Amino acid sequence: MTAVMQEAGAPFGAAPPSGDAIVTEGLTKRFRGGQVAVDALDLAVPRGSVFGFLGPNGSGKTTTIRMLLGLVAPTAGEYAVLGLPQAEALPKVGALVEGPAFYPYLSGTANLMRFDAADPYAVRGTVRRRVEEALERVGLSAAAGKRYRNYSLGMRQRLAIAAALLGPRELLILDEPTNGLDPQGTREVRALVKEIAADGTTVFVSSHLLAEVEQMCTHAAIMRAGRLVAQGTIASLNGGLVTRIRVETPDEPGAARVLGSLGLAEVRIEGGQVLAELGGHAPEQINAALVGEGVAVRGLAVVRPSLEDVFVGLTGEGFDVDG
Amino acid sequence: MSTAESATSTATRRTPGLVPVTETMRTTERTEEPATDHPAAGPSGPSAPSGRRSAARATWAFWRLLGSELGLTFRRPRNLVMLAVLAAVPVVIGVTLRLVGGSDDGMGGIIQAVAGNSLMLTFVSFSFLVLLLMPVAISVVAGDSIAGEAGGGTLRYLLAAPAGRTRLLAVKYLNAVVYAYAVTAVVALSALLTGLVLFPAGPVTLLSGTTIPVLDGLVRIAITVGYVGAGMAALAAIALALSTFTEVSIGAIAGTMVLVIVCQVLRAIPELGSITPYLLPTKFTNFDAVLRSPIDTGALADGLLTFGAYILLFGTIAWARFSGKDITS
Repeated sequence: MTAVMQEAGAPFGAAPPSGDAIVTEGLTKRFRGGQVAVDALDLAVPRGSVFGFLGPNGSGKTTTIRMLLGLVAPTAGEYAVLGLPQAEALPKVGALVEGPAFYPYLSGTANLMRFDAADPYAVRGTVRRRVEEALERVGLSAAAGKRYRNYSLGMRQRLAIAAALLGPRELLILDEPTNGLDPQGTREVRALVKEIAADGTTVFVSSHLLAEVEQMCTHAAIMRAGRLVAQGTIASLNGGLVTRIRVETPDEPGAARVLGSLGLAEVRIEGGQVLAELGGHAPEQINAALVGEGVAVRGLAVVRPSLEDVFVGLTGEGFDVDG
Repeated sequence: MSTAESATSTATRRTPGLVPVTETMRTTERTEEPATDHPAAGPSGPSAPSGRRSAARATWAFWRLLGSELGLTFRRPRNLVMLAVLAAVPVVIGVTLRLVGGSDDGMGGIIQAVAGNSLMLTFVSFSFLVLLLMPVAISVVAGDSIAGEAGGGTLRYLLAAPAGRTRLLAVKYLNAVVYAYAVTAVVALSALLTGLVLFPAGPVTLLSGTTIPVLDGLVRIAITVGYVGAGMAALAAIALALSTFTEVSIGAIAGTMVLVIVCQVLRAIPELGSITPYLLPTKFTNFDAVLRSPIDTGALADGLLTFGAYILLFGTIAWARFSGKDITS
């Protein structure tokens, strides 16, 4: 099980820049109590992706992130971040781990300066500018001089994201970045993640909110009780499940007949609605056909399978069941 | 580069760049690895300088982190209050001795010695403070060093920065040593100034009865500061080691103080005389060797060796614990 290399002194970094930003092979963490937090995890996070790391609370997401950041030693398995030895990879990684943590008696600016000082690669001469830019980016400029103690929960979360953006990053690891944020803040974080990803930075976001990940991620992995349930592009994860069309109409039999004549499968009527598998049909043509046949259409929607459906389909249980 | 290729070709099932588990914790420390074969370090990332530039950068980064640490320590009101309290003690002692000595009813050695010369107050102050109050201040700063960061959660962000475990521990310890010397120097300065105001300056009469000039007396005070500071640095090593075992800083602080007090109790039991020389606080008071003529360098060297041994032992314990610890706070 333990795949430890013998040539420990061999130089790493053979991975080309185009390789995966995060790779794990059989990564396992068993805590002293015997509890297995992460069980033989094989993860591959492509560079440039926005990768959603999903799972209910207690499914091993944070432990995995702690291992990737070198805070917790794996019991078995291997991992690589940016294809570099840890000391060289971490300065290029911005991280938000299990909520914000700062010095309550320092201001936002002083806190960021403190963490910048801990990074051996950070350039001292540019720290003022970088701190200002990071605060600006998360919308905290006005509160920069305020003590952290007096920050609201949302401001604390923003400051933690600012800390992750202090330097030029190739990988951003965000553990539950929208925790404690109001809907407005959540939208801002989502926009920020998209903006960062647009610059080519790989973003690894953990979340227990499936809908949130679906909205901003290109790839996802789903964890359950320490094990990987599935991973891939959002499209491929959804691929196993079909997209349906839903027609709201007072004339259910008429609509069902039209859908059937168009060749749609699995047509069924559900109290004021007609559902069918969309297949390769264009929704607008279906609409035109319905109207052409004199069927009154009150509403028409394409129902895409959500990650929640994927999760339920794979595990046979609801997503909010704690591991 | 060829070794890298052969390594990856021989280990067929291995994904390039994977870090073996046994390596991951320690490689975090290896910040100065010449990174010439890492093309991944593009213009946006930290560049990969080699050789001396890399070493220079690492050195500057170390001083920067130490500066940040000292800034936190010496701006924190709690630490400043402790310094102020310790500075006030020699003043209180001086005023008291002055008032008592003024009554002139033939009091004992200490009062006569102090009343006779301003410099003696420094030594008297140290013998009052070195066994309890100074250790409290040092325990608070050193005991809080790792445990406080762990309890506040900031430790995980420092290590992810990545501060490096050995580097962070070294910075934390040096910070505690600087504070220990600051405490010692503040006590000496306060005592010196109080003494000069309240008592006559002039040649100092030593314990052995000989008299030395003022300048020589000042030199001996400087030696005392150096010695007592080293003793406090040894105590700081114990507090630092305890600090790596807990996330509650008060635990590490109280643990260190309990050790100091238990040592005092053990010293007071005559039957345990054989272990007394190995107890750290026993050596704290050895500074009175500077009051002999000539200076009892043997006693000082003995104390410094003991301090060195304690620093080495507890520094190793701290490192062994901290470098392999799972940070789950």
